[in-house]
Amino acid sequence: MALKKVKGNIERMFDKNLTDLVRGIRNNKENEAKYISECMEDIKQELRQDNLSVKSNAIAKLTYLQMLGYDISWAGFNIIEVMSSSKFTLKRIGYLAASQSFHCDSELLMLTTNMIRKELNSQNQYEAGLALTSLSCYISTDLARDLANDILTLLSSTKPYIRKKAVLMMYKVFLKYPEALRPAFPRLKEKLEDPDPGVQSAAVNVVCELARKNPKNYLSLAPVFFKLMTTSTNNWMLIKIIKLFGALTPLEPRLGKKLIEPLTNLIHSTSAMSLLYECINTVIAVLISISSGMPNHAASIQLCVQKLRILIEDSDQNLKYLGLLAMSKILKTHPKSVQAHKDLILQCLEDKDESIRLRALDLLYGMVSKKNLMEIVKKLMVHMDKAEGTVYRDELLSKIILICSQNNYQFITNFEWYITVLVELAQMEFGSKQGHVIGAQLMDVCIRVPAIRQFAVTEMAQLLDVYTSTSQFTIMQEVLYAAAWLCGEFIADLKNPEQTLQSMLKYKALPQHIESVFIQNILKVLAHVLEIYEAKEQYDEMCALCDQVIDKMNDSIKSGELEVQERASNTLIIMKILQEEITAGKNHQSMRIMDSDDPLDTKPSETIVAEFLSLFNGELNPVAPKAQKKVPIPEGLDLDAQIYDEPVEESDSDSEPDSRENLFIKTDRLRSGNTIVYQPEPTEEEIKKSREARKQEQLNNPHYLKSDSIDSNTSANTENVDGVPVAELALSVPLKTFGEKRSDKYLAMNTDTKKSKKKSKKKKKYKSESSSDENADVGPVIEIKRGMELPEGATLSDSESDHDKKDDLHKALDIDLTSNTVPNDYGMPDVPTGVEHLGGSVGNDVKKEKSHSKKKSKGDKEKSAKKNDKSKKALKEPKEDNLLGLDSDAEKQQADKKPKKTKKEKKDKKKAKDKETYYNHPYCRCDHKS
Amino acid sequence: MIKAILVFNNHGKPRLSKFYQHFPEDMQQQIIKETFQLVSKRDDNVCNFLEGGSLIGGSDYKLIYRHYATLYFVFCVDSSESELGILDLIQVFVETLDKCFENVCELDLIFHVDKVHYILNELVMGGMVLETNMTEILTRIEEQNKMEKQEAGIAAAPARAVSAMKNMNIPQQIKDMKLPDLPQAIKDLKF
Repeated sequence: MALKKVKGNIERMFDKNLTDLVRGIRNNKENEAKYISECMEDIKQELRQDNLSVKSNAIAKLTYLQMLGYDISWAGFNIIEVMSSSKFTLKRIGYLAASQSFHCDSELLMLTTNMIRKELNSQNQYEAGLALTSLSCYISTDLARDLANDILTLLSSTKPYIRKKAVLMMYKVFLKYPEALRPAFPRLKEKLEDPDPGVQSAAVNVVCELARKNPKNYLSLAPVFFKLMTTSTNNWMLIKIIKLFGALTPLEPRLGKKLIEPLTNLIHSTSAMSLLYECINTVIAVLISISSGMPNHAASIQLCVQKLRILIEDSDQNLKYLGLLAMSKILKTHPKSVQAHKDLILQCLEDKDESIRLRALDLLYGMVSKKNLMEIVKKLMVHMDKAEGTVYRDELLSKIILICSQNNYQFITNFEWYITVLVELAQMEFGSKQGHVIGAQLMDVCIRVPAIRQFAVTEMAQLLDVYTSTSQFTIMQEVLYAAAWLCGEFIADLKNPEQTLQSMLKYKALPQHIESVFIQNILKVLAHVLEIYEAKEQYDEMCALCDQVIDKMNDSIKSGELEVQERASNTLIIMKILQEEITAGKNHQSMRIMDSDDPLDTKPSETIVAEFLSLFNGELNPVAPKAQKKVPIPEGLDLDAQIYDEPVEESDSDSEPDSRENLFIKTDRLRSGNTIVYQPEPTEEEIKKSREARKQEQLNNPHYLKSDSIDSNTSANTENVDGVPVAELALSVPLKTFGEKRSDKYLAMNTDTKKSKKKSKKKKKYKSESSSDENADVGPVIEIKRGMELPEGATLSDSESDHDKKDDLHKALDIDLTSNTVPNDYGMPDVPTGVEHLGGSVGNDVKKEKSHSKKKSKGDKEKSAKKNDKSKKALKEPKEDNLLGLDSDAEKQQADKKPKKTKKEKKDKKKAKDKETYYNHPYCRCDHKS
Repeated sequence: MIKAILVFNNHGKPRLSKFYQHFPEDMQQQIIKETFQLVSKRDDNVCNFLEGGSLIGGSDYKLIYRHYATLYFVFCVDSSESELGILDLIQVFVETLDKCFENVCELDLIFHVDKVHYILNELVMGGMVLETNMTEILTRIEEQNKMEKQEAGIAAAPARAVSAMKNMNIPQQIKDMKLPDLPQAIKDLKF
């Protein structure tokens, strides 16, 4: 027996240990995989032996291989074996391997329950600590349920080391087994006032994590935290507490008021940058939650912004980053105070650090005004040229568009400039999604700003022209989509439609959705061109055009894409009809020339071109995002009725719904928006009528701008735009010089016009505009359509959010902890959770309580709940305002004591600093500059 | 919460990986790779925060890292952690390593990854900060090491001797020794 042991030991000596493994891997860089597979074989051999220390050696090696990406779950049972060793050294190896490779779905975990329980109750604090640490990585629902009680007992261990770990462990237990939260909560609360700072800070940590997801349940703890905040000197804990308050204040404005003062004190006194930063963050949160009624409201915001400026100006990039991050929070509610630091933010845009530039970009949104928009966008365009990496470029692009389009293009005074910018952007390289953004923006601007259409369409035609004529010219294809659509839709504004038609006909391989848009819009342009020719009676040219289109369509009809095919064949049919009519017209004309004395003759083909044009009648307006859903089903339309009778049945009217009808319901419902599909094509008259009707509805609908006002405005504004000399100058010259920054010229001109305006003001004394806003005199007011089309009677509501994803894990932890009807599963006494001394901290407690108690089935529990209600009601009223549970007298006393205390505290702090190492590190400690 | 703690070198070789949320091994490797690519292309004089790791977390998550000589220490955390606090925690971690290994260098982490894990376990537990006081951390580590030593006692002596021998690469020399002569010699002995 002894011999065997000795033999085992000697064998062991020559086993590879972890160091050998690492060294071996390093020495076999060429064939690492082969070497490791050899080692795996060795390890499997070792795991088959009885000797636990051999096994643990193997497991240690496996843990290393796990880090390199090898799956070691097959050794799970061996890991458990090693975990069960009586030696701490071996146990440690086992528990480490477990924490690295087990997860909460491992089936093996069942085997560990009793072992871990034994370990938790071990006399040695390190063994229990080891088990806790490891368990925290893979605790499952079963383990949480079975071990909750044991861990809870550890909360009252005599050793702070164990208490600390047990407190943190409780959070993991709650996550997996939410039922444990209610009974354990009072104990957890006690730990907030544990004598050991480590335990205290762990408890704060846990409550913060809990409160972050379900803050309202933890409002009752505010007094405890407030006390901690004013007394503690542990910066790590203070940070957590202050973060927690940031989450609580939106729910309880009174808390915010209470907090402002101590927080500002901290901001003034602390030298730890991290604490300062979190204080500022929470003050911001408080100020956001308190809308009004704060006397020194402006002062606090000023203080924050000032401190943030110091952070941003710091040479430490980390502080700069965080400063900008916090600024963006202020920006939402107090844009004015941030705008004062515009210089600084623009400076940050030049920073070499991408993270900082991105943060500064976020802030730019609030920095723009009518005056500086062009300038800022120009800067961004320069960045765009310099920027490497698509992430930053994409971000720049989306920010440019966001800045310009905010509030319905509120800050844009010169839309020609904007269109030029967009066209320039279209010629740069971006990620694949960005073309769509630019295209959508171009369409949006043109639809909403009638005055710019002519210019925009000319630009678009130019784009199409250049795209089809040259091959080197790069442009995003998604922009071509917009270009084709705009040219088709607003063809009337185009000077040379035929040329555009020609360039559109030259389209090359395009994605299918763009190709179909091309086909559709070629038709629109063609209709317009035909109309012109017809007026001149040039039938030959008309025929030639039709032939061209037919040729192109014959190509497209071969496309593999269904959509393109369908549109092409549609177009072909239409073209054939047209051609027939045109040749008829041509014959008629030649007849007419022959006997020219027939004055009563009418042109027969007029009808056909006019009809063709009428296909594209009607203006398209922007549609509200949820409009489709809100279209009511018109009366008399039965979506369940069949629209197609099966050929077997001869009857053509009101057949009974088929048994297979549910096959169709879904698609029908989807299409409920464009019910026109099922109606016969409306005639000219009908269209007119319906348009009248729609106008009438629009008049009554508050979401529309009144139509007549639109008309008057547009006419006025087109004049206005034309009246600016800049616009006309810009049109003729620079159009054909692509690749240069045409948009810059607008900037120069903008300053020119400003100057000239100022001059003219002095000389001629224009009617000065009444508004004193600095934005008012910068350029003409251009009418922008703000409305969005919605079906009658429907209104936009935010309530229908499409997706309401929430963390399911934490939803389960949304437990009302203030009630004390604790199901007594854990043999713990019903401890009231201190609702009494909290006063009216949670106003609607009573209601909650009632609804809660209803759920409880057991009668005695209900009774106790009701009793509690009564006592609370009695207490609630007098203490309404006393949120933090401090009696007003006590508060005064405290306030009196404070100055003395603080002096003492300061002395204590200094001593503490010497002793403790809490403050040993740059950000958390003190002056990080030193 | 801290979601993951990664240590890798300038070439992206993992030196320590600790995930507080379960990912399969191949996913872990991808995360390390992605994180390395994100972090390594940044200059040393830019800020230590990084958004945009797509594999881990989501919008709420940030990468907070420090670069020491040949090693990157990366913490992936959510918004409940203070950014500057985590930077200090990394500092505490590294200083503790430095104390435990006496002038820590990459080689220490390579050969003693298990010890690094034990040290880390005294700082962070289950994704939550456990202790930030370095003296406290050091005493705990010290006491546990003492326990190991006691257990090892005399039994460990031969093992230590062996490992010393291994360092001299004796097994290889033993293998290289030419032994086949011996049986022949025995045969040759004539009785």
